[in-house]
Amino acid sequence: MFWPTHSRWGWDWDPWAELRRLQRDFTRLFEGVERGAPVDFPAVNVWTGPDDVIVTAEVPGIEPKNLDVSVQGDTLTIRGNREPDKIKDGESYHRQERGYGQFVRTLTLPHQVDSDKVEAKYEKGVLRLRLPRAASDKPRQIAVTTG
Amino acid sequence: MTVNRSTELEKRPAASPAEIERTRQASAVAPSADIYEKADALVVVADMPGVDEKSVDIRVERNVLTIEGRVAQEKHEGYRLAYSEYAPYDYHRAFTLSNEIDPSRIEATIKHGVLRLTLPKAKAAIPRKIDVKMG
Repeated sequence: MFWPTHSRWGWDWDPWAELRRLQRDFTRLFEGVERGAPVDFPAVNVWTGPDDVIVTAEVPGIEPKNLDVSVQGDTLTIRGNREPDKIKDGESYHRQERGYGQFVRTLTLPHQVDSDKVEAKYEKGVLRLRLPRAASDKPRQIAVTTG
Repeated sequence: MTVNRSTELEKRPAASPAEIERTRQASAVAPSADIYEKADALVVVADMPGVDEKSVDIRVERNVLTIEGRVAQEKHEGYRLAYSEYAPYDYHRAFTLSNEIDPSRIEATIKHGVLRLTLPKAKAAIPRKIDVKMG
């Protein structure tokens, strides 16, 4: 049906990705739902309805203006950049588990989207998108007449 | 560069509060965290998407710092969850603090689902430079 066609983990090397994946595999079991590769950032959930699709993504710590959402046809792209805290000379990291850098996530949706009517909200680090189905993509009822 | 390891938050999970059974039925995951050390404080930065200042709970008890965050279930009437990479699980994580942290002055802020804790070092733990005078 529709899955992320490709995605790119922009940060250089993430030694925690494997651990996170394991952690999620053990703890995040969702019954009867297709599960994706959890190492992709941001993690997304997709709800489908008759006239639109709702996509939520966990993208904590980003200013909304640095979040770039674009839709073309049936393809949704979420881009952004996550900056680490600037540390000064003499300061040091004890642990660094969060990822930084550029990220791009592309999803193929089950239908064409009316890009003018897309709603996007960013709240508590969660991006919520409502993507209405394009009128041209909606199924048409064909009236059957007797000849 | 010298790093004062004595103030490092230890990596083992905290024994006592972490093992106490949770009252909420929802499962919990450990939020990813960065920890860095400044001259006078430790800073903990944790990713907790879905959590704001009303749904986060931070406690210090017997040198154990506990972070908890509650995430609301997402419901969309008439929709089907067709594809899922994350579940709306709560967050729970505990760190053992060394004695060099002053628990009474811990400060916390949360913005865009990122929790930031500043753990000031106790006055006695801040290194002092001693001027040497000629005798």
